Amino acid sequence: MTTQAKNLERFVGGEYPHGFVTELATDSLPPGLSESVIRQISAKKNEPEFMLQWRLQAYRHWLTLDVPTWSKVHYPPINYDDIIYYSAPKSASSGPQSLDDVAPEILQTYEKLGIPLHERAQLAGVAVDAVFDSVSVATTFKEKLADVGVIFCSFSEAVQKHPELVQQYLGSVVPFTDNFYAALNAAVFSDGSFCYVPKGTRCPMELSTYFRINSLNTGQFERTLIIVEDNSYVSYLEGCTAPMRDEHQLHAAVVELIALNNAEIKYATVQNWYPGDKEGKGGIYNFVTKRGLCQGNYSKISWTQVETGSAITWKYPSVILKGDNSIGEFYSVALTNNYQQADTGTKMTHIGKNTTSTIISKGISAGHGSNAYRGLVSVGQNASNAKNYSQCDSLLLGAHCSAHTFPYIEVRHPSAKIEHEATTSKISDEQLFYCLQRGITAENAVSMIINGFCKDIFRKLPMEFAVEAQALMEVSLEGCTG
Amino acid sequence: MLKVNNLHVEIQGNEILNGLCLSVGAGEVHAIMGPNGSGKSTLANVLAGHEDYQVTAGEVLFNGSNLLELSISERACEGIFLALQYPVEIPGVSNVQFLKTALNSQRKYHQLNELDAMDFLQWLKTKVQQVGMEEQLLYRSVNEGFSGGEKKRNEILQMLVLEPKLAILDETDSGLDIDALKLVAKGVNAFRHVNTPKQQRAIILVTHYQRLLNYIKPNFVHVLLNGRIVQSGGPELALELEENGYASFVDKAS
Ligand SMILES: Nc1ncnc2c1ncn2[C@@H]1O[C@H](COP(=O)(O)OP(=O)(O)OP(=O)(O)O)[C@@H](O)[C@H]1O
Ligand SMILES: [Mg+2]
Repeated sequence: MTTQAKNLERFVGGEYPHGFVTELATDSLPPGLSESVIRQISAKKNEPEFMLQWRLQAYRHWLTLDVPTWSKVHYPPINYDDIIYYSAPKSASSGPQSLDDVAPEILQTYEKLGIPLHERAQLAGVAVDAVFDSVSVATTFKEKLADVGVIFCSFSEAVQKHPELVQQYLGSVVPFTDNFYAALNAAVFSDGSFCYVPKGTRCPMELSTYFRINSLNTGQFERTLIIVEDNSYVSYLEGCTAPMRDEHQLHAAVVELIALNNAEIKYATVQNWYPGDKEGKGGIYNFVTKRGLCQGNYSKISWTQVETGSAITWKYPSVILKGDNSIGEFYSVALTNNYQQADTGTKMTHIGKNTTSTIISKGISAGHGSNAYRGLVSVGQNASNAKNYSQCDSLLLGAHCSAHTFPYIEVRHPSAKIEHEATTSKISDEQLFYCLQRGITAENAVSMIINGFCKDIFRKLPMEFAVEAQALMEVSLEGCTG
Repeated sequence: MLKVNNLHVEIQGNEILNGLCLSVGAGEVHAIMGPNGSGKSTLANVLAGHEDYQVTAGEVLFNGSNLLELSISERACEGIFLALQYPVEIPGVSNVQFLKTALNSQRKYHQLNELDAMDFLQWLKTKVQQVGMEEQLLYRSVNEGFSGGEKKRNEILQMLVLEPKLAILDETDSGLDIDALKLVAKGVNAFRHVNTPKQQRAIILVTHYQRLLNYIKPNFVHVLLNGRIVQSGGPELALELEENGYASFVDKAS
C-alpha cells in the first residue's frame, strides 16, 4: 500500500461526539417480553382498548415469526428477553404538560446535542418533538401549529386526544404482519411522533423529531405517523443519537406516511446513532420499517436520508404509488466506517397510472465498513406509463471496505420505462496527490471529495440540516491530519 | 532558489535518477528536455514530494532549507507548484471550489485570512481571462470531461491563482493547438514577469518541443538522459536538439 493510501486509512477513524450518558431516575419495566409486559405498557400509557388489542395481536403474530436472514448484515442472535421494553424518565411518567415539567437533565442533554428545546432559543421555524428513550418529553411550537390546524404531538398524546385518527391510520401502511421488526414494534412501541395536516394547509414550519436512546439495555421502539390531507404539504426531519455503550442496543422503529390527493410529504432523516467503537464493539442495531403511501392522485412523497451512525442499519424507506400521477423519491447517503454495516435502499411500488419514482443512492465505505444498496422497483399490471430512474453510486475509501448493489426490478406493464445506473469509485492516490500538491490538507481533500460525491443528496435537505449533515460526515471520518 | 545535488531516486527498486544536479536561481526559466523515459516527470514528481518515489541519496535545498523533509502540502504552501503531465479528474468537486479550497489552505498556512466567495470570484475571473479559458469550466467538476488542451490550461490557471515561487510545468505544451499554446505561453509570461525584486519567480519547463521556447524564452536548456543532466546550455541548445535529436548525447552517456 502506498503512503497516500495509508494516510487515507488513518484519516477515516472519527470519534463519536454524542456518546455521553444522562444520569436520571427512570421508571422501567424488567427486561423480557410477554403478554403481561404488553398489558403493562398499554396500562402505563392509559390506552384505549383498541390499542391493547392491536398490540396483543401483533405480539401473537410476532411469536410465529423467525428473524429475517436475507440481508447482507451479520450479527449474533439477539436475545429478546434481555431487552427492557419500557423505560421512561421518572418525572415524565405521567407525560409532561409543558417544557417546565421536563427534567432539567433532559433539557441539558438536548442542549448538549445542539437541539435546545426552549422555543425562543430554537432555529426559527422548526418545531421539535423530542423522544427520550421510550417517551416523548417535549413538543415545541404546538400552539402555533394548532392555529393553522396542524396537529403535531407525541404518539401517546395522539392516542389520548385523537384516537379516531390513530385508529383509522395506525398500521394502514405498515401492518404488523409486514415483517419481524414491524410486528415487534407494534407490540411494544412506547411513543413517537404524530402529525396531521388538514386539507389545504401548507405546514408553516419544518417539523422535526429528535430521538435519543439513553438507558442501558433498553430497546427503543417508536412509531411515527404522518397524515397529510388533500392539497397540503409538510416537511419533516428526524435526527437520532445515543450514548457510547459497549453493549449493542436495538432500535426498531416504524414510520408510516399517508399522502392524500395532491399532498406532498418530505421526510428527511439524519441518523447518527452510536456506531460502535473502532473494533466494532457496541453500537445501535437500527432495524427500521419506513413506508409512505401516495394514496391520492398527484400526491408526492420523498425520503431523504443521511445515515452515518449505527453498528448495523437495515432499512428501506419505501413508497407505494397508489394514486394516479403520484411521485415517489428516495435520496440517500449511507456512510459506513470501522465495522459498521448498512443494508439500505428502497422499494417503489407502482400501482396507479402515470406514476414516477426516482432513486439516488450514494454509499460510502471506509475502514472495514460494508455497504449494500438493495432496491426494488415493481410496476403492477395496471400501472401504465410508470417511470423509474435509479442511480446507485459507491465510493470506497481504503482497501478493507466493501460495497454491493442489489437492484431488483419487476415489471408487469409493457409501457414502463425503467432506467438504472450504477458506479463504484475510489479516492485514488493520484487524486489525493493532486489535492495535496495544491496545498490542501489530506482531511480537507477527503471531505471535499466526499461532499462532492454527496452533494446531490445534501441539496435535498433543508438548509440548516444540509450544513449539519456535512459536518456530520466530517466528524464521522476525521481522525488524522495526513 | 532551488539546488539539487547528486540526486538518486528509485521507484520500486529501479533507479531512475542517478546523480542529478540542477541549480535554479530566482527569476530564471530552465527548460529540461530529454527522450521518453529519461526521468523528467520523475524529477518533477520528486520535487513535489510524490510518495511513490524513494530518494536514496543526494539533497534538495529550496531557498536554503531541506525540501525533502517537507510533506507534499507543505512544499505546495512553501511555493512549489507542479503542473501535471496528466492532470487528474475529481468528479463532483467544482473547479471553482477546488481552487478556492487550495488558495485558502495556502493562505491559512501563511496565517492570512481566508478569502470569501465574492472576493475570490472577482479575482479569479481576471485570471481566467489571462489563460483564455471558458468561464463555464469553473463550474464543472475538476478536469472531468475536459479536453486535453482544457486540462493543460486549467493547470496554468491554478498556477496563476496560487502564485507559487517555483513552477514546474511538465509537458504543459503537449496536446495544445497553436492558439492555446500562445495563450498558455502568455499566461506563463505574465506569471514570470510579476517580478518584484523580493518576489522573483522561477520556472522549470519540461518539454519535448523547441516551439514552446519561442514563446517562453528560457535562460538555460538542459538535456536529461538516463537519469542525469548530460548537457546544459542556452536557448541554442534546444535548436540543436530539434535538428539532431538525442543521438550524439546517447553516445556520450554510454
Ligand atoms: N510508477 C512507476 N512504476 C514503475 N516505473 C515507473 C513509474 N513511474 C515511472 N517509471 C519509470 O521511470 C522511467 C522514467 O519515467 P518518467 O515518467 O520520469 O519519464 P519522462 O522523462 O517524463 O518520459 P516522457 O517524456 O515519456 O514523459 C520510465 O522508464 C518509467 O517507466
Ligand atoms: Mg514525463
